[in-house]
Amino acid sequence: MLAYIVRRLVLMLITLFGISVIIFVLLHIVPGNIVDILFAAAGYVDPADRAHLEQELGFDQPLVVQYLHWIGGLLHGDLGYSYVSEKPALDEILPRIPITARLAGLALLFATSIGVPLGVISAVHQGTRLDYALRVLSLSGLSLPSFWLGLLILMASVALFGEIPIFNPNPKSFAEACAIYCIPAMAVGFRSAALVMRMTRSSMLEILRQDFIRTARAKGASDTAVNYRHALKNAILPVITVIGIEAAFLVGGLIVTETVFNIPGVARFLVEAIRWRDYPIVQNLVMLIAVVVVLTNFTVDMLYAALDPRIRYTD
Amino acid sequence: MRSVQALVAAILFLSAASQVSLAAEKQGGILRVYHRDSPGSASIHEGATYSVNIPFMPVFNNLVIYKQDVAQNSPESIVPDLAESWAWSGDNKTLTFKLRQGVKWHDGKPFTSADVKCTFDMLMGKSPQKFRQNPRKSWYDQVSDVTPNGEFEVAFNLKRPQPALLALLASGYTPVYPCHVSPAEMRTHPIGTGPFKFVEFKANESIKLVRNPDYWKKGLPHLDGIEFTIIPNRSTAILAFVAGKFDMTFPTGISIPLLKDIKSQAPNAICVVAPTNVSTNIIVNSSAPPFDNLDIRRAMALALDRKAFISIMFEGQADIGGTMLPAPGGLWSMPKEMLETIPGYGPDVHANREEARKLMQKAGYGPDKHLAVKVSTRNIADYRDPAVILIDQLKSIYIDGELDMVETANWFPKIARKDYTLGLNLTGNAVDDPDQSFYENYSCHSERNYTNYCNPDIEKLFDQQSQETDVAKRKQLVWEIDKKLQEDVARPIIFHGRQGTCWQPYVKGVTVMVNSSYNGYRYEDVWLDK
Repeated sequence: MLAYIVRRLVLMLITLFGISVIIFVLLHIVPGNIVDILFAAAGYVDPADRAHLEQELGFDQPLVVQYLHWIGGLLHGDLGYSYVSEKPALDEILPRIPITARLAGLALLFATSIGVPLGVISAVHQGTRLDYALRVLSLSGLSLPSFWLGLLILMASVALFGEIPIFNPNPKSFAEACAIYCIPAMAVGFRSAALVMRMTRSSMLEILRQDFIRTARAKGASDTAVNYRHALKNAILPVITVIGIEAAFLVGGLIVTETVFNIPGVARFLVEAIRWRDYPIVQNLVMLIAVVVVLTNFTVDMLYAALDPRIRYTD
Repeated sequence: MRSVQALVAAILFLSAASQVSLAAEKQGGILRVYHRDSPGSASIHEGATYSVNIPFMPVFNNLVIYKQDVAQNSPESIVPDLAESWAWSGDNKTLTFKLRQGVKWHDGKPFTSADVKCTFDMLMGKSPQKFRQNPRKSWYDQVSDVTPNGEFEVAFNLKRPQPALLALLASGYTPVYPCHVSPAEMRTHPIGTGPFKFVEFKANESIKLVRNPDYWKKGLPHLDGIEFTIIPNRSTAILAFVAGKFDMTFPTGISIPLLKDIKSQAPNAICVVAPTNVSTNIIVNSSAPPFDNLDIRRAMALALDRKAFISIMFEGQADIGGTMLPAPGGLWSMPKEMLETIPGYGPDVHANREEARKLMQKAGYGPDKHLAVKVSTRNIADYRDPAVILIDQLKSIYIDGELDMVETANWFPKIARKDYTLGLNLTGNAVDDPDQSFYENYSCHSERNYTNYCNPDIEKLFDQQSQETDVAKRKQLVWEIDKKLQEDVARPIIFHGRQGTCWQPYVKGVTVMVNSSYNGYRYEDVWLDK
């Protein structure tokens, strides 16, 4: 098991190094930098001013030097300064992480707590009206774009209650605090719930046809015991994979939800930073997302190994 | 007996009026406004969008300012601000301001003539301290220097008379900055003398201002503060306004169709539609084929059906004009009869297009040989939508346009290096004055003259009108120049747009300006009746 963990950790470090190079190169390949944007906004280009600003921001250095400067700083905990706000990048990024983490966590919780039981119910009642209804629900979850669902929720809230559940940094009550996170989490988690539900259903259906399930039933085990203790335990591996992928997606994929519900999280900030070519913010944020994704994958791998001993022996 | 009754009635009326007046301007409350995007910085002098002016103009004062409760900016509506008075010298080459005494910056330091000198030296690029960008440096091309005379007088010495200088100084783009605060600090934590103090600017989140209790105008401002919440998603922002989360929409940020939505969902909201002094125009690269051919440029101008643009995009609520903003909002537009004599402005679109087709055929194009061009534009709706209509209209004269959408970051660099054939652009004017518009967009050496248009004869007329102190004579010159610019197809103007602003009925004292979107956001007269 130790060798397995070490192998995974080394692989993780190599992956992160590769990602850092890709992020840096891609960002510098894209035409235009913040100097272009600043002067573009002014509709004004003075070559001397431009050269001065490029020098001030270090764009006159070779790319390799710029990369080493970034990575060196990152290893020492120095993320540089935002070109736009001129504040330390860390100060800009840190306050936004808990907001996105809370939203992603709630969305994932919603997706799992709804998706897994409904998937089991759908599989157990295969071919019944209930199964069809749940399949329609899951299909609609996959088909409805979250921005559209989000806007519908906002419109309905305004029309029915005269209230709008957009982000408020100082909520007046616990209910409001709950609403400003739970409603967007449900809007974005609906799709993940549908995905988890479908995966649970198909995985359960496969397991429910296995001999050991028939044996369990023959031994007189109750339906609940068969479905949840025997079948679900064996059907959960692919579901964990899906949840892991969704967790990784949610960290960076909340842009639409954060925009619609006006949540000042990491994803919206990242898009704004890309728009401004604010390299220190973009590089460090994408790196942070990469770390989260790689760590999530690592955790999923560890869970696999813990749940299925065959994996740790054969890998 | 009747006279006694009349006296009693008069006393009662006056008493009631004074009560109304007392009730009329309530103190306190926070004005909540949503903002369309996160400004790049808090420094107005370094900004080139009214996204910066709107939240930060209340922090500052100018030397002079357009009267905030008068909708039309004009020389008559310019009033003293940090200057108590001003006077032109006999040769109109020196403009002297007497400055207000006892004014303090928000950090407690006194305001003096040194601050005025510092600000304008930086704007003219003469100061050791530099702005990171200085988009309006050319506004002060005719100012040779700014000289203080004691602590409370300052003189602007000009190379030649330029009566429009006062109009430029009255713009929301021309606040006075403190000498003792660096440009870098002004970008993140602006210090002004204005009615509101800066509290915080959280990028992509909010901007907060609080009442300046030491404001030199006693009794003002009425509000305790202003909070701008940044909501880039327009649908969310409008829904939030309808739900009452905000007292006011982002000024001139509501399109005509959206305005109808707001009125249907919030019928009590007060909404005003006003010209923005932003023209939608065609930029033509006249230094490269095929548009180096004047016939093709003229054909293109003749093909425009301006009313169709306005009808589709603004439900009829926009204006047709030349370079200068059309009346009644604009002060300098040529009369309608004169405008209609310019090719392409006549009411008979079919006849115009027939003439255009003949010009195209003369240039070698026709039903069997179409001219294929890329129509470049910024990839945002205000640019993209008219570009699509333009492409459709150009088909009628054998021009096949292909939409080339350019990301904002690359748009201005692209057109500044003339890397386009035909483009659709929007041009905003901060001040309704020909000096700003002509020099910036049509002068031979201007960096914003994206079309390479250069006409030495017109250039002379620019200078002539700029020095003319007689307004009536200046207007005649301006009309002549504007007509010539349109005839030369320098940058065909399609229309001048209008936009809406809405506020809740309890918000009082808001004035939406009708010939500039940059100058009316001091907010010191705004109050909440609740």
